Amino acid sequence: MLWNSLLLAVRAIRRNVLRSCLTILGVVIGVSAVIIMVTLGDGATQSVKDQITSLGSNLLMVRPGQRLGPGRDSAGAPNFDVDDAEAIASQIASVAAVAPATNASVTVVYEAENWSTTVTGSTAAYFTTGNWRLAEGRFFSEAEERAGKAVCVIGETVRKELFGSQNPIGAEIRIKRFACEVVGLLQAKGSFGMDADDTIVMPLRTVQRRIRGNDDVTGLQVSVKDGASLSQAAEAVSALMRERRNISENEDDNFTVIDTKQIAETLSGTIRVMTMLLGAVAAISLLVGGIGIMNIMLVSVTERTREIGIRLAIGALEHEVLLQFLIEAVALASFGGLIGIVVANSVSIAAAQVIQVPFLFNPEINVLSFLFAALIGVVFGYFPARRAALLDPIEALRYE
Amino acid sequence: MSADRTPPASQRPLIELRGVTKIYGQGQAAFHALRGIDLIVQEGEFVAIMGPSGSGKSTMMNILGCLDSPTSGSYLFRDAHVERLSRRQRALLRRRFLGFVFQGFNLLARTSAIENVELPLLYRGEASRVRRKAARAALASVGLTGWEMHTPAELSGGQLQRVAIARAVVTHPALLLADEPTGNLDTQRSREIMELLASLNRDQGITVLLVTHEPEMAAYAKRVVRFVDGLVDSDHRNGGAD
Repeated sequence: MLWNSLLLAVRAIRRNVLRSCLTILGVVIGVSAVIIMVTLGDGATQSVKDQITSLGSNLLMVRPGQRLGPGRDSAGAPNFDVDDAEAIASQIASVAAVAPATNASVTVVYEAENWSTTVTGSTAAYFTTGNWRLAEGRFFSEAEERAGKAVCVIGETVRKELFGSQNPIGAEIRIKRFACEVVGLLQAKGSFGMDADDTIVMPLRTVQRRIRGNDDVTGLQVSVKDGASLSQAAEAVSALMRERRNISENEDDNFTVIDTKQIAETLSGTIRVMTMLLGAVAAISLLVGGIGIMNIMLVSVTERTREIGIRLAIGALEHEVLLQFLIEAVALASFGGLIGIVVANSVSIAAAQVIQVPFLFNPEINVLSFLFAALIGVVFGYFPARRAALLDPIEALRYE
Repeated sequence: MSADRTPPASQRPLIELRGVTKIYGQGQAAFHALRGIDLIVQEGEFVAIMGPSGSGKSTMMNILGCLDSPTSGSYLFRDAHVERLSRRQRALLRRRFLGFVFQGFNLLARTSAIENVELPLLYRGEASRVRRKAARAALASVGLTGWEMHTPAELSGGQLQRVAIARAVVTHPALLLADEPTGNLDTQRSREIMELLASLNRDQGITVLLVTHEPEMAAYAKRVVRFVDGLVDSDHRNGGAD
C-alpha cells in the first residue's frame, strides 16, 4: 500500500514538473547553504591548523616581554643569549631541539634587483624547529655557523624577487656592506596573514656581528619531542627561564612562551563557532524552504480538489489520500535535498579553490541536511495532506 | 463488510431503500431533498432515474453511491445497512462494489488513459502486471484499443466518457452509477455511450443505474423511475427496450 501511495505521488509530481521544481527550490537552496557553510568552515579550520603546524611541529616560541594584558611594559625586558638555548636543550628532557634566533630588517641587493626583507640569524636547529625543508642546495654547516661565515639560505619569495628565473645557488647577494653567498633555497610554505617565505636565514653569529652589532638573541624556538606534552614542556621552559632570569616569586614573567598548538586550537575553535553560527542561519533558510513546500502543497490541494474527489469516489480511503500527499511532500523535499547535496558539494569544491582552503567532504552534515529536508517534508506536508484527506467527496466533485 | 460476491443468479435485491429521506439544513431553512423513497433494484437491472431539476435525483445518486448518508430510513446494499456504516466502511464498499460515471468525465488531467483506468485497481492493491492487463482489457471493451497512452487533452468527448466507463468497470463492479453520462455529448456520441452501457449490463451482468433527463437516453434502460419533489412519481418497465 505504501508502494502504491509512492507510485501515485510520483505520478502526481511528474504531472507538474515546473511547479515541482519551483517547490523544491527553497529546499535546494537551504540544504546547499547549510552544507556549503559547514564544508567551507571545516576547510578553513583545517587550513589554519595546517599552516600553524607548518610553522613547526610541537613548537614553543619564547619571546622577551609580556604581551598579555594592558598597561604592561615589555620594552625593558632583557633579551636572551645563546646559553639560555643550551640550558633549555640540556635541562629539559622533553625538548628535541632549541634554536636561538635574532631578527633584522634588511635590504638585499642582487645585481639590479633589491628587496626589503627580514633576516633571521640562527643555528642549524632552526630548520628543524621551524619545519623547513630544502628545495635546492644545502643548509649552512656547523663550521660556518661557528665561524660566522657570510652564507645564507633564502625563502621562495626572496628568490622570486631577486633572481626571477636565474639559479640562486652560489650567487652572491649584498646585505648592507657585505656580500653573502646563497647556499640553499627553502621549500615554500605559503602564507597566512604574513608571508612565511619572505625570509633569509643566516648563521646567528653572522647576523649578530655584521648586521645587529650585538650578541642579543631575540627569541628561542623550542621543539618538543613527539608524544611529549606541549603544555608541560611550556611550563618547564617557563620555570627554567624564571630561574635563569632571577625572577622572584611575586614578580611577573618578563618573557612569553607561546604554544603553537594552543594557538591552532583557539583559532580553529573560533572558526568552528563561526561555522556553527553560519550553519544555523542557513538552517533557517532551509526552514523557510519547508514553508514554501507547505504553501505549494496547500495551493495544490485546493487546485486538485476535484481530483481528490475523484479518488475518494472511486474508492481511495482517507489515509491513502493523506499518505499520497504526505509522500508527495516528502518526495519533493528529499529530492530537493539530494539536488542540494550535489549543488553544495560542487559549489564547495569551486569555492574552496577560490578562497584557498582544502575541500573536506563532511558525510555527517550531508546526511543530516538530507534527513532534515525530509523531516521538513513530513512536518510541512502533513497539514495540507490532512486537509486533502478530509475533503467531502461530494463537495470535491462539484468543485470547479 | 459481510456482503460477498455471489453471482446474481438468484433474484435477490441488490439495493433496497426503505423510507429514505434527506434533509439539508435545519428548522425554517430546512430543505427536504428526499421525502421518503422506497425502491428495490434487483441484480442485473438497468434502471433510468428521470425527473426535473431539484427533484432529488442527484441526492439519490449520492446516497446510492455511498457518498452521502440518508437523514432517516434505511439503505440496504446486499443486506448491508449502508446508513450504519462509517465513512471508511463506505469508502471500502465503493472501492469494492461500485463504479462511477460522471457527466463531466472526471478523469485525471495529464494522465494517460491507461493510468486513469488503472487507478481503482491501484487503490485495491492489485499488482502492476494485473493492473495493466485489466486496464487494457477494459479499454478494449469500450473500443479504445490503441488509445492507451493518450492523455485526456488528446481525446474527444465521446472517447473521454469511454475511458471513464472503462475506469468504472475495470473492477467488475456490482453496480454502475452513471450520473448524466451523455450530458456533455452530441446525439451520436450519446447513443454510442448508451449502447455501451446497455451492452455492459447485458453481457457482463453489471447492474446499471442511470440518471438522465433525456427520454431518448432513458429508453435504453429496462426500467424508468421518475422523481418529482423528492418522491417517486412513477416506476415502469420499458417493454422490449432490450
